Amino acid sequence: MAVEMELQPKMPKCWNLATKPHKFCPGCGHGLILKALGQAIDDLGIQDRVVFGCDIGCSLLAWDFFNMDTVQAHHGRATPVMVGLKRANPELIVIAYMGDGGGYAIGSQHLVNAANRNDKITMILANNTNYAMTGGQMAPTTMPGQKTETTPYGRDVKEDGYPMLGPEMVAAITHEGTYVARGTVSKLLTLKSYLKKALENQISGRGFSFVEVLSTCPTNWRTNAEQTWAFLEQTMQEFFPVGELKVPPEAAAPTAPPGAVEGEGE
Amino acid sequence: MSETSVKPGCPVAGERKVFMTGNEAVCWAALAAGAEIMYGYPITPQNEIMHYWTRNVPKFGRRFLQTEDELSAGFTTIGGVLAGRRAFTATAGPGNVLMQEPLSMAEAMRIPVVVVIQQRGGPSTATVIYSQQEVTLTCFGGNGEGLRIVYSTSSLQDLYDYTIKAFNTAWKYRFPTFVLGDGYQAKMRESLNIYDPAARGIDMVPTEPFVGKPGKIGEGREAAHLRNAYSVEEELEVAMARDTSEYERVTPEIIEYDSYNTEGADIVVIAHGIVFRSAAMAVRELAGQGKKVGYFRPITLRPFPREQLQQAVARAKMLLVAESAYGQLLKLVKENLYGGPCNLPIKTILRPGVGITPEEVTEACNALLDGKGA
Amino acid sequence: MSKPVKIALAGEGGQGVQSVAQILMDAAALEGKEALYIPNFGIEQRGGVSIAFVQIGDEKIGAPKFKIGDIVIALSDRAVRRTQMYVGPQTLFVYDSGIQGVEGDLPKNAKQVLAIPALEIATKKLKPRVFNILIMGAVIGATHVVTLDKAKESIEKRLGYKFEKNPELRELDFKALQEGINLVAGMGVS
Ligand SMILES: Cc1ncc(C[n+]2csc(CCOP(=O)(O)OP(=O)(O)O)c2C)c(N)n1
Ligand code: SF4
Ligand SMILES: [Mg+2]
Repeated sequence: MAVEMELQPKMPKCWNLATKPHKFCPGCGHGLILKALGQAIDDLGIQDRVVFGCDIGCSLLAWDFFNMDTVQAHHGRATPVMVGLKRANPELIVIAYMGDGGGYAIGSQHLVNAANRNDKITMILANNTNYAMTGGQMAPTTMPGQKTETTPYGRDVKEDGYPMLGPEMVAAITHEGTYVARGTVSKLLTLKSYLKKALENQISGRGFSFVEVLSTCPTNWRTNAEQTWAFLEQTMQEFFPVGELKVPPEAAAPTAPPGAVEGEGE
Repeated sequence: MSETSVKPGCPVAGERKVFMTGNEAVCWAALAAGAEIMYGYPITPQNEIMHYWTRNVPKFGRRFLQTEDELSAGFTTIGGVLAGRRAFTATAGPGNVLMQEPLSMAEAMRIPVVVVIQQRGGPSTATVIYSQQEVTLTCFGGNGEGLRIVYSTSSLQDLYDYTIKAFNTAWKYRFPTFVLGDGYQAKMRESLNIYDPAARGIDMVPTEPFVGKPGKIGEGREAAHLRNAYSVEEELEVAMARDTSEYERVTPEIIEYDSYNTEGADIVVIAHGIVFRSAAMAVRELAGQGKKVGYFRPITLRPFPREQLQQAVARAKMLLVAESAYGQLLKLVKENLYGGPCNLPIKTILRPGVGITPEEVTEACNALLDGKGA
Repeated sequence: MSKPVKIALAGEGGQGVQSVAQILMDAAALEGKEALYIPNFGIEQRGGVSIAFVQIGDEKIGAPKFKIGDIVIALSDRAVRRTQMYVGPQTLFVYDSGIQGVEGDLPKNAKQVLAIPALEIATKKLKPRVFNILIMGAVIGATHVVTLDKAKESIEKRLGYKFEKNPELRELDFKALQEGINLVAGMGVS
């Protein structure tokens, strides 16, 4: 199955070999996102200038994932720590990496305001439709009808609302210079190109960059490989369209258009 | 690390006497100390620290970020420190409550942030005016052991001196450091001397970045991996043993206090912060009349000058604790008397959120000396 | 140990009690004295009465706020009611005689209660805008916390930029100061 297979080939240079194999569950999307991110960082040759900020959530496991300066923050607070760092030293390239709970619930004010201030940081948010680290509760992104520990009968949109459309919101509230995209771990090449653009957008000093990534959590979804893939490719993508939502004109290099078919693996 | 934008030379030349408000004094102290960046969220009575700071930002090459709340103010300050800057924030009351989350991270990761607290009335929104009700929160807030340093100031001179000192204490010992003022000190105007620390022979402890150091990873340097979460209890135990023993080791170097006439005193008045001024005036007046009264003032509330307190009250017959809170200093006093003269009777003036005048302290002392209210 | 003189000035926003307090404070500084000034602020002041607490003495001041003032000056009906709490047996309570309907609210425990026609004099003899300086004169006349010279110097320091454009204003302010001093002197307050 694709998810596991993709973990095997060449590791990005900026990964910390001493901590591999990594600590995420088998089939977890976090590892794939960090692989695409590692490749993007390698391509840009910025390993020595990056500070990677991870949140509390399963992303916390990435505190020693890279051979790069890393700061583990609190749940939802990777964003302000990275904002503060960037403001104090604009030469650094800072990445705030978090889950959907961290970015859209407890830390949503940081997301909204960093976007609104056009802070020159790159935020990467793993949307796995649940609070994974705490054992699978409802997240802002939980799908209608999806069962979680706190929505045992499925998310009732009348009670709990619809899944949060993060990139759409960020695109709506930001101005020029912002890069906003939604990628998926099922299309790693496209994802890598989004992450590269998100980083370039910061490096060039244009502005805030935000990439949500549709991710997998077979442990809490309680899915086998096939079901995991189906949930990611069908259920989630029906609600969360993949593609670039906002690209500063200067940054608009050709990439695979949204929805383009891409070979799995690479 | 990028060069600092700070313009050379101290914004305060030499030394001079001024009349200004406490918030202004904090701002000038931070400028004089070479603070490079402030992060903050508006809350009365600390707002003018940000107001004065932002007015001086271009002139002295400093930076400022207004954040979305105090969680962010605290966490961005942490970011600033990680970049190797003398970074600080200021808050009060409900903002101090939110600030405890980032501060517990700073405590865990030994990040030398400096926070100025101008206490206001509590609980909840209460008043924007004044209190000493943030003692427990500032000393022990967060889900930890209170491994922080808290200076309680009692005058605008103190605010100036201890704001400068806070940066040095924080960067020397790598524990988060608080300057604990209050709304009175924030808003009042009185005389103080402002100075260039160098003119008084005070060296500023150098700062250094925690991340983003120059050089290539694997060649000149290793990647920094800073964390606050541990997988197993034993890892935490090691980290806590390291930090608590370090805190205890440096405690004697850090603690500060003031005492007067405690040798032959029957009554020792204990007060901190602005209430100490009333206590000191009352005690000096009574002592001048030949009455056996002394005072003890903890300047560092955390770590607390435990032995010094025990010594100061060793021969007293009675203590009088005065504070604008309902027993927060009292709790510290009781705890720190344990193992010493802990059976001394303790009388109190407890006024949560309200000031205490010298006359009230005098009256209370006289009543106790006369055997009334004893 | 000599005790500082405790002054509470209260009025409506715009009556200039806070600027009087600052000028007094500056004058004390010029005199080489110790002084402490604190305004009320925040929710308390929004739509409420503006109060300035000033203490001037020879040594560092103790607590920033006091329970009982040596002189309490109220410039509006609301201020008269609001400042009751700062009045005690040693207090000289001063209010503007133009304030209507406060007879029943005047403090009963003061050492002395004094109505002064400050607003009337400011309006008729001078200009309404110098009302607060006239009040400052009254404070100085009643307490002698600062000398007339230093009071003038301090006014000059704070308002000098206005005087440059409008030199008449200086004369007007200094006259108001003197009127204020005379006002209380004539009332038998030393
Ligand atoms: C202030 C605070 N509240 C709650 C928690 C507990 N907590 C840890 S991780 C987490 C949820 C993580 O979900 P998400 O951000 O979506 O990341 P994921 O684990 O799904 O990748 C929560 C609620 C915490 N650490 N801090
Ligand atoms: S619980 Fe889910 S998100 Fe967390 S590591 Fe396992 S699969 Fe990944
Ligand atoms: Mg999640």
